[in-house]
Amino acid sequence: MRRPARWIPRGGGVWFSLVLALTPVPAEAGPKVVQDLLDNGLKVVAVQDGKSPVSTIQVWYKVGSRHEPPGKTGLSHLLEHMMFKGTAQVGKGEYSKTVARHGGTENAFTNRDATVYFQKFAPDRLDLALSLEADRMTNLLLDPAEFELERKVVMEERRMRIEDDPTSLVVEEMFAAAYKVHPYRHPVIGWMEDLSALSREDLIRHYKRWYVPNNAIVVVAGPTDPAEAIAKVKAAFGKIPKGDIPVETAVNEPPPLGERRVKVKKEAQLPFVFAGYPVPRVGHPDEYALDLLAQVLAAGKSSRLYRNLVYEKQIAAYAAASYDQMTSQEPALFYLYAGVKPGVRTEDVEKALYREVELLAVQPVPEKEIEKAKNQIEAAFILGQDSIFNQARQIGQAELVGVGVRYIENYVANIRKVTGADVQRMAKEYFSEDRRTVGILVPVAPKTKAEPGEGRPGE
Amino acid sequence: MSRQSPRLVRFLAVLILIGAVPPGRAEALDLPIKKLVFENGMTVLLLERPSLPFVVANAKILGGSLYDPEDRPGTASLTATLLTHGTASRSAIDLAEALDSVGASISSSSADDFASVSLTALKKDVQLGFEILADVMMNPSFSENEIAREKAQVLARIKSDLDDPARIADKLFASLVFKNHPYAHPVEGTEESLGKIGREDLAAFYKRYYKPNNVVMAVVGDITEEETIEIVNARFGRWPFRNVEPPAIRSVPKTSRTVKVVSKDLKQATIRLGHPGIRRSSPDYYAAYVMNHILGGGGFSSRMMARVRDEKGLAYDIRSGFDAGLEPGAFSVSVQTKNETAPDAVEMALEEINRIRKTVVSEAELADAKSYLIGSFPLRLDTNRKIAAILSSVEFYGLGLDYFESYPRRIDSVSREEVLKMARKHLNPKNYVLVIVGKPDASRLP
Repeated sequence: MRRPARWIPRGGGVWFSLVLALTPVPAEAGPKVVQDLLDNGLKVVAVQDGKSPVSTIQVWYKVGSRHEPPGKTGLSHLLEHMMFKGTAQVGKGEYSKTVARHGGTENAFTNRDATVYFQKFAPDRLDLALSLEADRMTNLLLDPAEFELERKVVMEERRMRIEDDPTSLVVEEMFAAAYKVHPYRHPVIGWMEDLSALSREDLIRHYKRWYVPNNAIVVVAGPTDPAEAIAKVKAAFGKIPKGDIPVETAVNEPPPLGERRVKVKKEAQLPFVFAGYPVPRVGHPDEYALDLLAQVLAAGKSSRLYRNLVYEKQIAAYAAASYDQMTSQEPALFYLYAGVKPGVRTEDVEKALYREVELLAVQPVPEKEIEKAKNQIEAAFILGQDSIFNQARQIGQAELVGVGVRYIENYVANIRKVTGADVQRMAKEYFSEDRRTVGILVPVAPKTKAEPGEGRPGE
Repeated sequence: MSRQSPRLVRFLAVLILIGAVPPGRAEALDLPIKKLVFENGMTVLLLERPSLPFVVANAKILGGSLYDPEDRPGTASLTATLLTHGTASRSAIDLAEALDSVGASISSSSADDFASVSLTALKKDVQLGFEILADVMMNPSFSENEIAREKAQVLARIKSDLDDPARIADKLFASLVFKNHPYAHPVEGTEESLGKIGREDLAAFYKRYYKPNNVVMAVVGDITEEETIEIVNARFGRWPFRNVEPPAIRSVPKTSRTVKVVSKDLKQATIRLGHPGIRRSSPDYYAAYVMNHILGGGGFSSRMMARVRDEKGLAYDIRSGFDAGLEPGAFSVSVQTKNETAPDAVEMALEEINRIRKTVVSEAELADAKSYLIGSFPLRLDTNRKIAAILSSVEFYGLGLDYFESYPRRIDSVSREEVLKMARKHLNPKNYVLVIVGKPDASRLP
């Protein structure tokens, strides 16, 4: 992300960043969705929600850290930063200034599969928002001096988000170990060594290759009539020529042969355990049962992990599970993680985490608990509609990973079909010891003693 | 705001209103807000938004950590958190089960100025939701077991905060700026203070502040005025009015230049620079807000960001802000940069503070700031949950139901001269507290 959210909570920030699971929109009562595919291959989805006083547009480019060659990690994210650094028509910094002057907000984020640019603004500024996005799809300057500056900014971002945050380091290391072949092993922000080595030419190549209409999805959401919204997108983007996108060759991640463990030794107060299991991604029939399994384990204070590890045994400061199925390629990962309480042995917390999934494999989840999990998912769906931005994000995501809006419409119904036996089958099939990769934060003693240093009195 | 008193006086004045009387309405932004004041003094702000089948309630109680007993910081926070850990008739587990079963949620916490309790429930579960909400607000049990559990949780969090340079810096900065003023201590308390807090402290704090006349609650969503009145009367009606007398608060001490480095093996230096600022009720608030937007509050449009990030590539983020509360919270600049460039970042921040104090901002800068602040205002109200949080704040800080209408006018009326005046009056480039966590080259600091 180009800019941090206001006061990001970073103490064990992992659970904030991971819990952003999907909460799609139910079909009934839902907004009106119209789709179009322009001649140049640009996918357009217009969402009309009459109650919204705000419009949003999101441009999803199907390029993320998985598209980066080894040694060039961080390319997509650095390019995201450069997208704010000027085009032939819109000078450096002018993009942000123009949006702000019109009362809009803007930002962008990059993940393993995509780079996404978004704006929020008053509905009557749609033309402006679209023209700014269309402009930087093709006209980016990538000024050499700006590139050098922005490389430094991203290095600072990496220091802040990853290197000085022990739990983030564990997440990064776990990913790198869980995928031994698939480029999902790359950190989105890039390895520091790669960031130093990237060249402006790398960025130009990346930009020209991936920033083309046939590799993008534009989502427009707000009170605007969908036909009008689509016409405006056409007017802004229609003339941009199609590009040649490289043919995607599937990377098959070989199956795990046994548990993998990685340790991060860092100055830290408390240990942290973060385990990942390869599981099917969105679109696979097991997806819904895996969702329910995550829900049973970790949704709310009555969930099994909270109740047993945090509340009853009091061995973890927090404990959770998360299924991140919205990926473009196989396999996705299912996470189990916990923060170890002071005075507790890490292995005890680890064992307790695993025990919960092992238990699910042996004992069927009671019907009442399944029902509770389904109710929670359904309620979260409805609440998810509260935000027009969130609706647009879900739609963009569904389009990106190839399941489309229909997926969102049918989601609750599919969740409702899952049985306790399905959940038990998931626990048996995917959560054996041999399939997991475990990242452990091992606190080491401080090199320098942390104490208030040399105070200097006032002048 | 001269502390809490104006609000309390108002509560007393409207006491006799039966049921609901809407004295004011804010039509701007299509927000037909109704203010309902109940017999027992409880104030409810209602915004009917029937387009989605759910309801959000956000209650703020005048009983934040500002009122922590002096030797027991963390009391307000523990009190607020414990509300959802068991009532006279429900255990913590019962509460969690009852809410989770229908996908509803209730959370409670404390901030400096207020405690807050929020409910989210589907329309069909609104009765249950409010019943539990009232139960946790009116009948918390504060069981010894739950207190011990929660204390252990807070202690673990305090410990893990030591791995977060931003938290270390924030805590030290607050303690140096506010000294013996209650804003000096962290909301969650300290290891030492938690050891002292017992059940009787929580019960006493609860008894003193958790009164209907000390609560403002925003209700937003698929619920009518009639339903709201009925539910609030049914669930909160038996909660008796009782006078609340908050303690006198010391005034915020003067700052003399103080520099502290917390030496820690980190790649970046995390920097906080600032001093006491203004209250939310200050007549200077809006002009100071506009001034700060230009200086360091306006993201990529701000001078500090342009200088430190865009021109020099020294930081991912730099920002400044006034933390304006019931009391004069801090003005602060926050930035992280690699250790070697920490002195440069500090120097640039000070230079920008000096510059905005010396020369008037340009017409264009001011116009841009205004058009952003006014134009983006509705974006802050784009979900029911955000609206509920803002509504309860508006009422809590006594900003008036015409807040949504008057905000654009207030921003628009700020002149270049006022911006200069605010900078001179509320920014101090000499007497500030500077905190750096990391391994900066201290000899190069200004």
